[in-house]
Amino acid sequence: MGLDPSREALEAIVRDEAGLVLASLIASFGDFDLAEDALQDAVAAALESWPRDGVPQRPAAWLTVAARRRALDRLRHAAMRADKAEALRASEELRRSESATTEAGDDVTDERLRLLFTCCHPALSSEARVALTLRTLGGLSSEAVARAFLLPVATLAKRLERAKHKIRDARIPYRVPPQSDWVQRLGSVLAVVYLIFNEGYSATGAEPAARYSLCEEAIRLARMLTALLPRDGEAHALLALMLLHHARREARFADDGAFVPLDEQDRGRWRRDELREGLEALRIAASRERGAYQVQAAIAAAHALAPSGADTPWHTIAALYAELELLAPSPVVRVNRIVAVGRAHGPEAGLALLAALEDDDAARLLADYQPYYAARADLLRSAGRTEEAAAAYRIAIDLCRGEPERRFLAGRLAGLAPHGLDSLARGR
Amino acid sequence: MQYALLFYNPPLGSMPAPQRDTVVAEMLAEMHVWHEELERAGVFRTMLRLASVEAATSLRRNGDEVLVSDGPFAETKEILGGLAILECADLDEALAFAKRCPLARIGTVEVRPEWGTPR
Repeated sequence: MGLDPSREALEAIVRDEAGLVLASLIASFGDFDLAEDALQDAVAAALESWPRDGVPQRPAAWLTVAARRRALDRLRHAAMRADKAEALRASEELRRSESATTEAGDDVTDERLRLLFTCCHPALSSEARVALTLRTLGGLSSEAVARAFLLPVATLAKRLERAKHKIRDARIPYRVPPQSDWVQRLGSVLAVVYLIFNEGYSATGAEPAARYSLCEEAIRLARMLTALLPRDGEAHALLALMLLHHARREARFADDGAFVPLDEQDRGRWRRDELREGLEALRIAASRERGAYQVQAAIAAAHALAPSGADTPWHTIAALYAELELLAPSPVVRVNRIVAVGRAHGPEAGLALLAALEDDDAARLLADYQPYYAARADLLRSAGRTEEAAAAYRIAIDLCRGEPERRFLAGRLAGLAPHGLDSLARGR
Repeated sequence: MQYALLFYNPPLGSMPAPQRDTVVAEMLAEMHVWHEELERAGVFRTMLRLASVEAATSLRRNGDEVLVSDGPFAETKEILGGLAILECADLDEALAFAKRCPLARIGTVEVRPEWGTPR
């Protein structure tokens, strides 16, 4: 037994260990609700007895034992209930957990992985996967998750409830998928982690503190994945990609709140240590099979390694986007490639590719895609076609969802040549 | 645990008759192969191919009486063409067999677990 720590310190320990404990409880009881309730009971018991008796040497083991005892009590209680179906279910779970307890070793690591695959099962909706992953494997409270997604707590709770019931009723298995499904299932896990990150990274919605906590959760989950699946290149690549982006968080916005593009950012405000960790993760990823996350991380690294914005290696970046388009084709990737081509080979080259894209079916998908109009406006501006650039900036401004992009584009529009300013006055 | 696989497909009525006959014959042959796979795996319980919705009759309550009317319960683009019942360990196993069902290529296969079985 250790020293007598403060309540905050206890709560921090509990938060750190909760994911592990929950995973092992779900593994032995096969029931999310029961596991959560039992863990809650155990946490309450810990916060009562630890200040008195000291923190146990292995807090996770203490919590697991206490929670398992509570869960068994609850099941025995339920097994005696009048409702036949409920009673039957409870005694089945009781039997299951008894056999599981005898074979359960200290292998909680593997259980977190199984839990992650279950939470990210393709039979669940994408929103449910995100909520369930954050709630069961993340260290955030329901309130914090709801705040970051700008959702009422009750809506989030209902979403979680529905997902947990589907896992139980449709019997979504609690296991690491077989080799035949591996690529698709791991892809779903990585996509969920990246969705969590992007919700935090996008400049719209909740206040920065709530959003950054999502970015940090996503990075934490990716770190866990790389530890559990050290040989998977794409897990390392996703970690690299998120670290390289998140390291720039304080340089992404000017003092007036306007968005600052990568090559104009103050590099002194980038977190050097996080960039270094990102580059290290990319180095590990690069020794494995090349995938879409690795190419995206390589693009982020190309920006990070340039000594200044003016030295950005646009030729390399354009080539990487071309590769990304082969691996994961989408109109969005195409627009990014066109921006890079415009910087590498001049605006005319970019505009020619843009014209080809407009002839394509993809044009429909881009009709209200703000970055498409922003890219078009920048290319026209660089080509000296001020009037057309102003028109494209105005469309892009109207499509903005967040204030930072709006301010940035308004700045670009105002900075156009003199008659550009005239048309701004006429247009508004 | 039992899973119902509900086969929804676009109505074949719009297709010219000779072409339709070929499509149906091919599909039946492939369904036969799939059925044998289910039998070998020991998961097959039952399967039913349904007549077209023109043969459907629906009952609806209206106040105190029950009305009998011609036609299906709901008009939809894809119609329920048949169903199979499989006994599987979990959803992943049911999904694996459903994915190999030839009807998944031409329509939608909905996989529904039976209600309320204890784990």
